Amino acid sequence: MFDLNNRVALVTGASGGLGASIARALHRQGAKVVLSGTRREALDKLAAELGDRVFVAPCNLSEAEAVEKLIPEAEAAAGAPLDILVNNAGVTRDGLFMRMKDEDWSTVLTVNLESAFRLCRAAVKGMMKRRHGRIINITSVVGVTGNPGQANYCASKAGLIGMSKALAAEIAARGITVNCVAPGFIASPMTDVLNDKQKESILGAIPAGSMGKGDDIAAACVYLASDEAGYVTGQTLHVNGGMAMI
Amino acid sequence: MSDVAERVKKIVIEHLGVDADKVVDSANFIDDLGADSLDTVELVMAFEEEFGVEIPDESAEGIVTVGDAVKFLEKATAKA
Repeated sequence: MFDLNNRVALVTGASGGLGASIARALHRQGAKVVLSGTRREALDKLAAELGDRVFVAPCNLSEAEAVEKLIPEAEAAAGAPLDILVNNAGVTRDGLFMRMKDEDWSTVLTVNLESAFRLCRAAVKGMMKRRHGRIINITSVVGVTGNPGQANYCASKAGLIGMSKALAAEIAARGITVNCVAPGFIASPMTDVLNDKQKESILGAIPAGSMGKGDDIAAACVYLASDEAGYVTGQTLHVNGGMAMI
Repeated sequence: MSDVAERVKKIVIEHLGVDADKVVDSANFIDDLGADSLDTVELVMAFEEEFGVEIPDESAEGIVTVGDAVKFLEKATAKA
């Protein structure tokens, strides 16, 4: 089950913890994986860890021109057309709504939503010709529930869900699925710095009683990337230990 | 029938799965041949591949019948 041999996958934001988990999992299932991200060093390190069937294609997703080139670059690096696109890259610029700067709004929307739009558009053309493709957009539970201090981030993540549904409807008949994975609270360097009291209050809101791991999200991606998930499209798979049941 | 017309019609027949006798110059891809809007995008992509030309979106919008496609591609390939 979930065999990804001979599939080519591109994972954005692979220099981050979650992206690296997703890339590792796809690679474990046999896929050729192209790692993209802004930090070359982190990408090279992950590539060295994974060994073969792995390629590095750094890209700054806030630059439209660079984004447009990423899919052809990834395909050239892997030497084969793209089967699986995982839009995982994301940034935050948190702040109270009333104090949010235009720049903080546009940066988050550009990187999290607009770059995903551009990459989907570039990827779909080839996928349509081949009558096969898997697009997985990493959104967030807060794109559905909202979260104070993250109006820009929540808007971008909710936008990904709507965009994915529209695209899914357009291209379902061509063998391409478009889905979202929505992580809840995932343990990361960002959550490591929280104090015990903060952690306690977060865990109190999670029925499963623990934070999620990158691997929990990666497993959802493996499923949605697989042939077995061919009849699942336009969906958002929430992986959050029950903290929001939608 | 010109070589271009023949190749265009072959692509249309294959892609839309329609009878050859329906694929006449005046046939509208959507109204007469049962294509949807996504099919028309795919046809343009197939024409681009077959003839090695790029069809800009503005031109693609004007290609609604088999004859439109033949005319456009005859011009485009004559230039090349």
